Amino acid sequence: MTRPTTNEPETDVPVTEESVTHESATDQTVTRGQGVTGQGVTGRPTTDTATTKGAAPAETTTDRTATGNATTAEAATDEVATDKSTTDKATTGESAIDAAATDRRPTAGAALTDAASADEPALLEVRGLSVSYRTRGGTVRAVRSVDLDVWPGQVTAVVGESGSGKSTTAHAITRLLAANGGIDAGIVRFGRHDLTTLSERELRTVRGARIGLVPQDPTVSLNPVKRIGEQVAEVLRIHGLATRRSAPSAAVAILDQAGLPDAATRARQYPHELSGGMRQRALIAVAIAAKPQLIIADEPTSALDVTVQRVILDHLQHLTEESGTAVLLVTHDLGVAADRAQRIVVMSEGRVVEAGPTRDVLENPQHAYTRRLLASAPSLTTARPRATAAATAPAPDEVPLVEARNLVKEFRLPAAAGAARTLRAVDDVSLTLHRGRTLALVGESGSGKSTTARLVLRLVDPTSGSVLFDGADVTTARGAGARQLRRRAQLVYQNPYASLDPRFSIGEVITEPLRAFRVGDRASRLARARELLDRVALPGSVLDRRPAELSGGQRQRVAIARALALSPDLVVCDEPVSALDVSVQAQVLDLLAELQADTGVAYLFISHDLAVVRQIAHRVAVMRSGRVVETGTAEELFTRPRHDYTRELLAAIPGGRHASAGDRPHQPKEHL
Amino acid sequence: MSRTLADGATAGTAGTAGTAEAVGPVGAVEAAAGLARPVEPGIDPGPANAGRGVGPRRFLLFLLRRPGLLASVLVLVLVVLAAFWPGLFTSQDPLHGVPAENFRSPGGGHWFGTDELGRDVFSRVVHGAQLSLKATLIAVGFAFVVGGLIGLVAGFVGRWVEDVLMRFVDVLLSIPSLFLSLALVTALGYGTVKVAVAVGIASVAGFARVTRAEVLRVRQAVFVEASRSCGARWYSVLGRHVLPNAAGPVIVLATLEFGAAILAVSSLSFLGYGAPPPAPEWGTLISDGRNYLANAWWLTALPGLAIAATGLATNRIARALDGEWSRQR
Amino acid sequence: MRLYVVKRLAQALGVLWAAYTVSFLVLDYLPGDPVSAMAGAGADTGQVDPAQLAALRHEYGFDKPILAQYADYLGRAVRGDFGDSVSTGRPVTATLADALPQTLQLTGAALLLAVFLGGGLAVLATYTTRRWLRQLLLSLPPLGVSVPTFWVGLVLVELFSFRTRLFPAFGNDGLRGLVLPAVTLAVPTGALVAQVLAKSLFTALDQAYVETARAKGAGRLRIRLRHALRNASLPALTVVGLLAGQLIAGSVVVETVFSRDGLGRVTAAAVTVQDIPLVQGVVVFGALIFVAANLIVDLVYPLLDPRIVVAASRKVRPA
Repeated sequence: MTRPTTNEPETDVPVTEESVTHESATDQTVTRGQGVTGQGVTGRPTTDTATTKGAAPAETTTDRTATGNATTAEAATDEVATDKSTTDKATTGESAIDAAATDRRPTAGAALTDAASADEPALLEVRGLSVSYRTRGGTVRAVRSVDLDVWPGQVTAVVGESGSGKSTTAHAITRLLAANGGIDAGIVRFGRHDLTTLSERELRTVRGARIGLVPQDPTVSLNPVKRIGEQVAEVLRIHGLATRRSAPSAAVAILDQAGLPDAATRARQYPHELSGGMRQRALIAVAIAAKPQLIIADEPTSALDVTVQRVILDHLQHLTEESGTAVLLVTHDLGVAADRAQRIVVMSEGRVVEAGPTRDVLENPQHAYTRRLLASAPSLTTARPRATAAATAPAPDEVPLVEARNLVKEFRLPAAAGAARTLRAVDDVSLTLHRGRTLALVGESGSGKSTTARLVLRLVDPTSGSVLFDGADVTTARGAGARQLRRRAQLVYQNPYASLDPRFSIGEVITEPLRAFRVGDRASRLARARELLDRVALPGSVLDRRPAELSGGQRQRVAIARALALSPDLVVCDEPVSALDVSVQAQVLDLLAELQADTGVAYLFISHDLAVVRQIAHRVAVMRSGRVVETGTAEELFTRPRHDYTRELLAAIPGGRHASAGDRPHQPKEHL
Repeated sequence: MSRTLADGATAGTAGTAGTAEAVGPVGAVEAAAGLARPVEPGIDPGPANAGRGVGPRRFLLFLLRRPGLLASVLVLVLVVLAAFWPGLFTSQDPLHGVPAENFRSPGGGHWFGTDELGRDVFSRVVHGAQLSLKATLIAVGFAFVVGGLIGLVAGFVGRWVEDVLMRFVDVLLSIPSLFLSLALVTALGYGTVKVAVAVGIASVAGFARVTRAEVLRVRQAVFVEASRSCGARWYSVLGRHVLPNAAGPVIVLATLEFGAAILAVSSLSFLGYGAPPPAPEWGTLISDGRNYLANAWWLTALPGLAIAATGLATNRIARALDGEWSRQR
Repeated sequence: MRLYVVKRLAQALGVLWAAYTVSFLVLDYLPGDPVSAMAGAGADTGQVDPAQLAALRHEYGFDKPILAQYADYLGRAVRGDFGDSVSTGRPVTATLADALPQTLQLTGAALLLAVFLGGGLAVLATYTTRRWLRQLLLSLPPLGVSVPTFWVGLVLVELFSFRTRLFPAFGNDGLRGLVLPAVTLAVPTGALVAQVLAKSLFTALDQAYVETARAKGAGRLRIRLRHALRNASLPALTVVGLLAGQLIAGSVVVETVFSRDGLGRVTAAAVTVQDIPLVQGVVVFGALIFVAANLIVDLVYPLLDPRIVVAASRKVRPA
């Protein structure tokens, strides 16, 4: 594919600061904003650009002037932001649906005409973009002929599973690809320029200044040896927006705007002194510092806890709405996209399979892949319990399989000067789990849920409290007793990439517990492995393969097969699906439920994801800072949460907002 | 020689994966995989197949694509052949020369020229390979066994055993290895084997540190806990999981150390502590030639090339192994 | 912070003591009868009088039990007394002190060369976009660590002294005499610095924060110098700390090649005549240099990486 030669000569590209801030394809809108508010950048050209298709131009004048309300207390701001976004959607939803119906086909031609017909040109137009990576195994085509538009002031979400090329697409826009990646074809028109033809030097005047990036993982995306303030100020310094003198105070103001409490102090701190959420705010500050027209947010919150995730997304949305900045939001989470975006682009295997206004895509998906994605997205399927919920409740006198009484686990922190400090990871936790049932432990990172599970399995010794397994106290069991417990209780790990020895064949992995307990001979063990593989729906041919040759979902199936090898009474599942893509998640959850129905195994299911828990658990215990704050049946807990923290967690599930907004009589709801 | 220490150090701080060249492309590949993992599971030939048996054909192809590596392997093969069958390369007597033919410059009759006694330098270099290689193998073998055991026990047993062993290793590390070797030579006396043992003892620390680091890394791997939690006993965890997975970087270190030991042994023999005079040890050859530096450059330059080529070859092979190992994981 | 320094100092002293113990075990205990070893090497006549030997044994305290000997020696060593050289009869400490300045000059110059050339090579190799140049630069360090130091020295002498007469081949005279030995000694050290720094620079450039910097619009040089270099310098600094002792030891070979006076020559001579007290002094001195260099490196770490202070002293600032 040859590049169109209609682009301007490179010399025409803005290199000076003034042209960077002002010159753009959206001059039109900027001027309009200025006309109304006289403030230039803060002017909000179009509030909800779902209205681009034939909305009344008058609506553009309903500008809310950006005031300093970003500086008000975090919670208050977030409240406001939430309210705004929901009302915005409610008022404009209808017209958007009507108008955008044409914009459904992912073909270039259609999208192009569509964009041209709109009264406002797209801020970013990607056409026929193909990206490939050169690897030892040959060239991997990560992105194939992708078309994508982002309109000013709009949030466009790119949704897809890992390997779908969504992240690569986002990075290819400003050519922030890994060294072995390259754009093979396509144009990326941003303003008047095709970014694929700019020189590296010219591109640098676009990056940071006109297109900001909010990266994936806040914990590693800030330079660990530089102060937060310096890192924000650097953007201003690079683009000549501040002098050496004015940059520090400007950085503090921007951090403040990004919602970092006590910004002046934080600016002098180093990244490791800030929490993940605060670091992400600092990164948002970096992205908005030069007041760009477009922000590319690459999975901005997937490394954060759900409650933090919501606050951050609310704030990002609030900020961009205020300044009229467009957002390209890359996410694997359909729920997040549903909540935040006006338009959704669904990607799979490097191609765009479907694109259109959010509501259309969610309610009337055209492509089979989108439908599958919708069906498996846990946050959007409000209730599709897989657990055999109707199964008989345990008889009151039945001896519980696992009973944990007042478990406490303290970890000694490396001694500080003098005083030895301890961290109480698990604080007075009592649990009961009956045969054939699933108890879910839910909590955010650091809540002590994994430690609790390890205490139950006796992989860690409790500081105090006791563990009863099938009526017998195993708290201090050693030798034979402990081995008996190992035999009857198994563990499935979060990360299927790390929990299988890379040098073992799948057969060796599955038969390892059998060998450890000297069950059967070689042939019978192999037969058992075959049977187990069949159980977890893997072909017998994988027996001789190595873990590296299997996909994540397949590996997790192998891990489950290993856990079942000794026909245990209890399997502890530690975040068994959180490392997997949603469609694979759904399959694994189905498998777990099926196995429980067949074998009567009990699960202690650990997860941070309430949506997942809802599908599999009979009972749920919510943990926070080492304590269980609420226990109840799944039904009770999800419909009538008693504890504030539970309510907070429930509210933070992405996709909830869309579901409630979609509660309109005339809309079909099968997929919600 | 100094390489030993530094490798231990970097292993401690940054892990042993990939040397400079390897990190560039491999890191980029990983980054690419992170951004967009190639569509599952078919199109992922690189890492997937590396773990399985590498056929001789594949191995040959692998070598042919890397001329530097191929040359390195050839050099090492030649050195080994020279050590065991010097007659394959030269028929001239390394110890007795024709005095009339002394100080001939390199040419057809004498590839590397002749020395002050008219001995053929090429023949001396070829025969010298035996002594030098023997000393090097003893040194590396000693360090590998002793250091590896210390590191293995420290890493696997942990607690006070680890503390005691690693403090001891720290002390060994604190004495510059050449000084430690010299002290041992002073105590033990001269000779090829003694020099080799001295060099070996001085490189124990590096092996101990790398082995311990690897054992710790593997021991903390999730799959080891998984194995333990499904009932495997400690010896089976050690033998089936920890050792095979920890061996890679230690073998890489052994290869690197081989090159370092060649240098260390030849340094000591250059200083005059190796085999007694007529024996053609590589370092001794250079030390002898030093007296005729002004008029017979080949006496020092060419044996030095032999040492440099061997060292460079092992270094290159070590890096190839390193890349191999890190990609396998 | 002060507590941290005190702790590190105590550790350093501990290592030094242990190094002394090792040298004692190796040199005084291992040979079985060091006196006859000394006598055998010291007196070439071969004819040694048993009475004389006994007197020597008594003088050096070898007739006492080993632990008593050790305590005795350690007590004197703490006061800086390592005994007298067997071959010259001068105190070991004085011998070393006399030889030291020349060697420090040499190693100091070599260290500077190594850090600047090695570091520069690493930065240039990661900066250049020309593939051939990068490959060329990256192939130099392996070469540097593979060639024998003494050979490099001899080749340099051959080229720059005998052929072109630019620099003197031997001796200690002035700056010109320092050039060749310093370069020789710097080759393996610089190669290692370059290797480690290039590796950690490449690693650092793969980190997510570099992508953040690129997204800010930062240029290649800015990314390397302002972002990657400081993060990558820690492993290189560790190596420099470890190499300080190696440089001193390397002077044995280099000073022999260039016939320079200094600690290295003294050491080589001492080993040749099995001058045990002198060798022991050298070994302990080597450990002292190593320990001191690492102490300095440890104190520099927190300046380069703010996370390290927190990890070391556990004084978490209010976050």
